[in-house]
Amino acid sequence: MQYVISERPGAVLLSLAGEIDLSNSPQARKLILAQLDSGHALAVDLSAVSYIDSSGIASLVEGYQKARSENLRFALVAVSDATMKVLQLARLDQVFPLVASMDEFNA
Amino acid sequence: MNTDREPVIRVRDLVTHYGERQILKGVSLDVYSGEIMVIMGGSGSGKSTFLRFLLGLHVPTSGSIELLGQDITQLDSQEMYALRKKMGVSFQGGALFNSMTVGENVQLPLREHTDLDDATIEIMSRLKLELVNLGGFDKLMPAQLSGGMVKRAALARAIAMDPRLLFFDEPSAGLDPVVSAELDELILKLRDALNMTIVVVTHELDSAFKIADRITVLDQGDILLVGTVEEVRNSDNSRVQDLLNRRPRDETIDPDAYMARLTNA
Repeated sequence: MQYVISERPGAVLLSLAGEIDLSNSPQARKLILAQLDSGHALAVDLSAVSYIDSSGIASLVEGYQKARSENLRFALVAVSDATMKVLQLARLDQVFPLVASMDEFNA
Repeated sequence: MNTDREPVIRVRDLVTHYGERQILKGVSLDVYSGEIMVIMGGSGSGKSTFLRFLLGLHVPTSGSIELLGQDITQLDSQEMYALRKKMGVSFQGGALFNSMTVGENVQLPLREHTDLDDATIEIMSRLKLELVNLGGFDKLMPAQLSGGMVKRAALARAIAMDPRLLFFDEPSAGLDPVVSAELDELILKLRDALNMTIVVVTHELDSAFKIADRITVLDQGDILLVGTVEEVRNSDNSRVQDLLNRRPRDETIDPDAYMARLTNA
């Protein structure tokens, strides 16, 4: 898994890439929770994620729950097909805010 | 099915015995990544035995069994332990621990094999229960579940670690037709979303024809046929047709072998 954090107006964009599995999902979880701990609205770009297992999905769920409880904006951006299949399997595509781009996130 | 790929399960000339009696008589089989392979056969065909050897529960008389590129007949116990983390198994009886809640049962492999945070483990286990339509049942004890629910909970535990290989022993046995059909749908979805390779042992024809990419028909310890659903349906092999049409077998008896079994001589 690779990641890039970039500051955007009013939000932080966390871009994850590659495979997210048991070996690195704790790192993804820490990155997500740390941004929310700092009080930032968070957009997680998943366009370059080629594989995500349920530990990765669980990290996203935990992040979204935290954002909701702290009234911070949160969305998944440009979700890759591979990721979307897993979200749909768990019917989480109907739960997470999904946006196509940062423009949409900020709209 | 793209057969250019390397098989993730590769069995060669597998011969097994229970005591003196030969059960598998030289079985060879390839299963490819993301494939759903159904092992079919009547009672005594050797299909459950085959599954137990694929899982490394017994040592074969001869032959090799490669899973994810490793020959399990050659692995030491530590290597086998590491490989097992990539395998999920759902047995016929469910085999849940009765003293633990449903949720704790599903969490067990994650607590045993990973250092994931508690919050992650709890969400993962609830996600798996959602997948098998047991969302919200995590606090119940296994004794409070129906037979179909136990089966689904066992499946949730089998996929707790997102295994690359999933083995299923008689998923539909004892289930009503609706629950059985839901389980078939779930098997297909797991393969599509998580690209699991799935081996299902069953004697339920409807289920086999619905989920299989290919079917292996075992009969008396030999492979009669490996083929697509269409190929199995259209097979002119009389034993395959007997199985499809539920005709009793009319086998010839080997008097010497029969006497030897009866008298242990």
